[in-house]
Amino acid sequence: MKIFLHRRGFIARIAALMVLPFVAQRRAFAQSEAVDSLIEKITGGAPLQRGRVKLEIPTLADNGNSVSLRVVVDSPMTPSNHVKSIHLIAPKNPRPGVASFFYGAGAGRPQISTRIRLSGSQGVIAVAVSACWDAS
Amino acid sequence: MAARISVPQNARRGDSIEIRVAIQHPMETGYRTDDNGTSIPKNVINKLACRYNGVEVFRAEMGSGISANPYLSFFIIAANSGELRFDWVDDAGVTGSERTSIIVAG
Repeated sequence: MKIFLHRRGFIARIAALMVLPFVAQRRAFAQSEAVDSLIEKITGGAPLQRGRVKLEIPTLADNGNSVSLRVVVDSPMTPSNHVKSIHLIAPKNPRPGVASFFYGAGAGRPQISTRIRLSGSQGVIAVAVSACWDAS
Repeated sequence: MAARISVPQNARRGDSIEIRVAIQHPMETGYRTDDNGTSIPKNVINKLACRYNGVEVFRAEMGSGISANPYLSFFIIAANSGELRFDWVDDAGVTGSERTSIIVAG
């Protein structure tokens, strides 16, 4: 129980990123190398766009072993414009990649609630990948 | 692995319905040691898939950053009456599965 038992407040700053092809705004959110390469793996090098992803997480958590959070993505979920996946990254965790959620055809509202571990106060990042063929 | 899965029994066609899954599992991080000081190997549920009438609609790939006794809530579109099947596997290769039926009206 070395890493996760800090009974301290967890200030979770919120950073929500959105991946959209055709939007030229690369590397707008510089993070550590590990996080950068994680995001790169998710996006496949596609540019990131801020917004449309809402990450609801308490600003102060009693216990880093279990922090509830919710990610809501603003997407019509039509065949031409839908969320393919949502990824959670906690940069200061020993393994920053927390989880990835994939949506197939037949998935409903692009929303996920879960409980995560956080090792210390940190910002949590949510990245959503959307298929958006009608983007101009 | 005991699991509690809540799915609305009835739904209207086209509705976005909430699925809630809670599985009993320690989600060992691999960073803990037992009373003798030997480290407990990492063992987490790394994959959970939800299939609706045989088609995968949702999949979660999880790491040690997910809390013990993982809980997930997500949405699917109620399309047809039938079966929802949940399958998961942990690092030790232990699998679990659960199925529920759903009636879609309209």
